[in-house]
Amino acid sequence: MSVEVKTGTPLDERLLQESLVRKLFRRPELGAISGAALVWVLFALVAGDRGFVSLRATANFLEVASELGILAVAVALLMIGGEFDLSIGSIIGGAGMTIAILSVEYQWNLWAAIGVALLFSLVVGAINGILVVRTKLPSFIITLGSLFIIRGMTIGLTRLITGRTQVGGIKATTAYDSASKFFASSFEITDPASTRGLPAEFPVSIVWWLVLAAIGTYVLLRTRPGNWIFGIGGDANAARNVGVPVSRMKAILFMVTATSAWLVGTIQVLSAGGADTLRGEQREFYAIIAVVIGGTLLTGGYGSVLGAVFGALTVGMVQQGIIYTGVDSDWFKVFLGAMLIVAVLVNNYIRRRAAEAR
Amino acid sequence: MSAEQTPILEVRNVSKYFGGVVALKEVSMDLRRGEVMCLLGDNGAGKSTLIKILSGVYPPDEGEYLLEGKPVHFTSPRDALERGIATVYQDLAMIPLMSITRNFFLGSEPTRGRSIFKRFDIRRADAIVRQELHKIGIDIRDPAQPVGTLSGGERQSVAIARAVYFGAKVLILDEPTSALGVKQAGIVLRYVAQARARGVAVIFITHNPQHAYPIGDRFTILKRGRSLGTFTKAELSRNDMIQMMSGGEELEELERELHEFRLQGG
Repeated sequence: MSVEVKTGTPLDERLLQESLVRKLFRRPELGAISGAALVWVLFALVAGDRGFVSLRATANFLEVASELGILAVAVALLMIGGEFDLSIGSIIGGAGMTIAILSVEYQWNLWAAIGVALLFSLVVGAINGILVVRTKLPSFIITLGSLFIIRGMTIGLTRLITGRTQVGGIKATTAYDSASKFFASSFEITDPASTRGLPAEFPVSIVWWLVLAAIGTYVLLRTRPGNWIFGIGGDANAARNVGVPVSRMKAILFMVTATSAWLVGTIQVLSAGGADTLRGEQREFYAIIAVVIGGTLLTGGYGSVLGAVFGALTVGMVQQGIIYTGVDSDWFKVFLGAMLIVAVLVNNYIRRRAAEAR
Repeated sequence: MSAEQTPILEVRNVSKYFGGVVALKEVSMDLRRGEVMCLLGDNGAGKSTLIKILSGVYPPDEGEYLLEGKPVHFTSPRDALERGIATVYQDLAMIPLMSITRNFFLGSEPTRGRSIFKRFDIRRADAIVRQELHKIGIDIRDPAQPVGTLSGGERQSVAIARAVYFGAKVLILDEPTSALGVKQAGIVLRYVAQARARGVAVIFITHNPQHAYPIGDRFTILKRGRSLGTFTKAELSRNDMIQMMSGGEELEELERELHEFRLQGG
């Protein structure tokens, strides 16, 4: 028969196909992208008729995903560099409260208040980094300490200055209009298919998220410091021996995560019009989950910013999608925890495939 | 003396003590361009102590260290590396999950563009890696593949190729073949011979005479912290070497003991 003739594909082509599959498996974000697609399809099937497949629902989960994603981009870089930052949730609260108190209680210009909050975050990040580098203690411990110190100081000082734990009235401050353009505006898109005709609001935080993700990916994959991040996370001693400034890079990475927390804090305060001392609680864990779902190795040296983007997208879709399914949103955390464990198992498998001996 | 005759690296009567332990006592050795000096010795002979002195990990307590005829005092391995002395350790310091290219250029990445547009020139880096590895007979399908996918011998060779590419004049190889099988060790030995042909001076540390004998030009044998001397290949047969490394009497003693076991068993 002619079967043999037809199956006899040239050897070169077969090799090329194999190496393409291998290449794909070597991408750390493969799992995250397919995971995000799978989650979307699941919710579309279950809750498609309840409005999950709509511009409004999309704007909804993108808003959640973008704020988490801004953190995840920075946390991915830090975790690939081999460290953790548990203090970012507290920095969100601290930065937000700094802005609110300075602009509302002390009538500062809002931009100046935002600038001081940035300075505060950079200092916290630098202290985290220097302590980790100098003491050689695990960053998990150092930043667990700063998590409590910063949260405690935020609550204590806010109560001392204002006698409350919430400060509102940001929207009435001068310069709110110009500042909110950058941090709290949104683009309205009306869905022509929507029967109610309400426009979907896509917040500007989505733009921040995508721009930062692009910058993060570029830095990680196409610059010298990016290569150093992989190196210090993979083997800090080996990196130091070939001349990588390990301590300086680590300190900078902690300042980057702190800055991402400042940005999220600013966005939240300006969109909500006020600050709460408990803002940002547990965000550090959500960010770590997004990064791990994104394929980054907990022990460092391997991972991707793009993966973290899709990890954040997945968490956002699950958090908002559950509401559309009609299931009580109390169950969200159950899904989140299960997703984390499945993601780690899948990623381990993918990584073994990538690094297996010939 | 002309530059040709001056040894590129020399130690004179170096000693090193750790507390009450004499790790190295009055050892002398010299190394010339384009030769492979095998440093041989059983466990505890002082091989690692000597290479740590040579590679700048710590200074000798006594004795002199000369580089191209001038005394040097290294304070760190980085220091030694900048003067052209590269050490490739047994555990390699290669990061398995990073690509071959990223490992090869870690800390010395080629760039293009200026200021904020300065970027890691991956295309050029890939091309250089492909070319350098082709020279040593390793054809990789993709320089972006993780180092973890390479075999042990290939990994050692990549580490050595990296040191040579970045201008090592003296290459210290710490047990580069000890964890490898015959075939994989062959890859590494062949490459060491190539590096020598390019004028690199190599110190090859091993406790395996089967690997040392074919590649070595001269042999320095250490025993219990002291040097038994440096020998050229002509002065030393393979058997002499084994005898000196482990101590002939000890081997004969062992042979006798093993023989007795057999009689008892039978």
